[in-house]
Amino acid sequence: MPEFCGIQLAHPVINASGTYDAIAARKVFGDALLEDFPFSAFVSKTITPEPRTGNEPRRLWETPAGMLNSIGLPNKGLEGFLAEDLPQLAELPVPLIVSVMATNREDFSRLVKAVAARDEVAAIELNVSCPNVHSGLIVGEQPSETEALMEALRPLTEKPLIVKLTPNVADPGAVAVAAEQGGADAVSLINTLKASAIDPRTREPALAAGHGGLSGPAVRPIALQQLRAVAAVTEIPTIGMGGISSGADAAEFLLSGAALVAVGTESFRDPRAGARIANELETDMYEAPLRL
Amino acid sequence: MTAPFGRRLCEVAANEASGGYRIFSLLDREGPAPQPGQFYMLASAHGWGEEGGHPFLPRAISVAEAAPAKNGVRLDFLVEGVGPGTDRLCELEAGEGVWVTGPLGNSFSTPKQVNPGAAGAILVGGGIGIAPMAIWRRHLVEQGIPLRVLLGFRNQEHSGGLDELFCSGDSLCPDVRLASEDGHSGHHGYVTDLLAAMLAGDDASSAVVYSCGPPAMLEAVRSLCAEAGVACELAMESPMACGFGACFGCAVPKVDGGYMRLCVDGPVVRGDAVAEVAHA
Repeated sequence: MPEFCGIQLAHPVINASGTYDAIAARKVFGDALLEDFPFSAFVSKTITPEPRTGNEPRRLWETPAGMLNSIGLPNKGLEGFLAEDLPQLAELPVPLIVSVMATNREDFSRLVKAVAARDEVAAIELNVSCPNVHSGLIVGEQPSETEALMEALRPLTEKPLIVKLTPNVADPGAVAVAAEQGGADAVSLINTLKASAIDPRTREPALAAGHGGLSGPAVRPIALQQLRAVAAVTEIPTIGMGGISSGADAAEFLLSGAALVAVGTESFRDPRAGARIANELETDMYEAPLRL
Repeated sequence: MTAPFGRRLCEVAANEASGGYRIFSLLDREGPAPQPGQFYMLASAHGWGEEGGHPFLPRAISVAEAAPAKNGVRLDFLVEGVGPGTDRLCELEAGEGVWVTGPLGNSFSTPKQVNPGAAGAILVGGGIGIAPMAIWRRHLVEQGIPLRVLLGFRNQEHSGGLDELFCSGDSLCPDVRLASEDGHSGHHGYVTDLLAAMLAGDDASSAVVYSCGPPAMLEAVRSLCAEAGVACELAMESPMACGFGACFGCAVPKVDGGYMRLCVDGPVVRGDAVAEVAHA
């Protein structure tokens, strides 16, 4: 049984934020979802201070062994989340990790304080792939911004704080070290890679936003190398993700230093992918040579 | 009745050409019978993503007909190969495995559920969108609800499914009228011409319109019904990665602002709930 930042987990496979809506899935699949929950911890979609409707469609585009998305973080905002979603997520049979994002330190602090105050929440993931409105810089692309944010948030809670790293940087290790120095308990990576495609029918960008984030097996070797680079320079645990679709894929990340792995896009293809991968992992990692 | 949790492997029972389309059947040993309007996420167990990484995501396909079969339910799907996913589904051979998640989404409401004063139904299908009209037509007929069915096609190449889904014996069901843009069968023009004429009739206000087809046709249906003050339900399509509310990709603008997720809030949507049917 893996332990992650003091949280006991049944297996090392969790979900990537924003890739599984457990409330919607329970309506579709019923309580079978709870009886056979595919992840050992559940990470919520990212919560922002105010409600967001998300981006104009088109939001998705299939790419070779992957997909682009430009969803735009639709969510009910902090108040809506605490009042409507959190009680339902608390019924899940696994620890809950809440992902939050804001565009300034005051709002980030408000989110962390409010979420950490709830007993249902085991840990908080900080989505730092967003601009700081004061500096105009993407927080997670700048070690100094990341460290300053962590120093502001660290005193607010004793619950584990996980920094979700963006892959869209030259040196993810430097950002991870900054997060660690600022007091992060763990880092998770990778978020999606910035990418785009042209729709051959319209000869225009395929996504309404012009670009999006690439995920799926296409990104896995890049994610693995970033995980290795981060694990080599930090002491805190890492959550590895990026195109994991099988137990053998998950084993690559665990053998490269990840404490846990997260499954995202594969859940779209297989709603029980998390459980399947955890199952395959037992065989592939501990009993048989990796089938790579 | 909820869908079984997760994807399951179903066997292809048959796959036949029907005009320019294909109809393939799956034997589903685990799922409940689908309701008219519902869809499944489908991906072949082999040859999905092996050439150039496409297709990668499962495809959302409306069920055209369902019937009890030995040890399960037979599900019929009408498909036209328009890309790597539907091309692969068109090639399925009997005995092959298909990953199936579903039935997913909501279903059509009866005319009286939509409008207590309604007496009958007008079904309008275009192209491959005739599929959900077939299973809905059968349910309405079984309930004794009066109906008319209007089906339109672009041309002979882009048509099919009539013999299997809308015929009794050797002839087209008597409640079905056809339109084709090239004039190869029925009214020479749009299926929405037939709808406009019908909505101009005296008894139009006692009908509810149900429709599925390409976005431009659905938008014409929505707008004609709005002008005539006739309620309609539209079975819509939107790019979709998961089908169960996880990916938030299938956003459709709501008339009162914001977006719905078509997979869990649809695919059947009231005409007055959407501002406009945009090209997917």
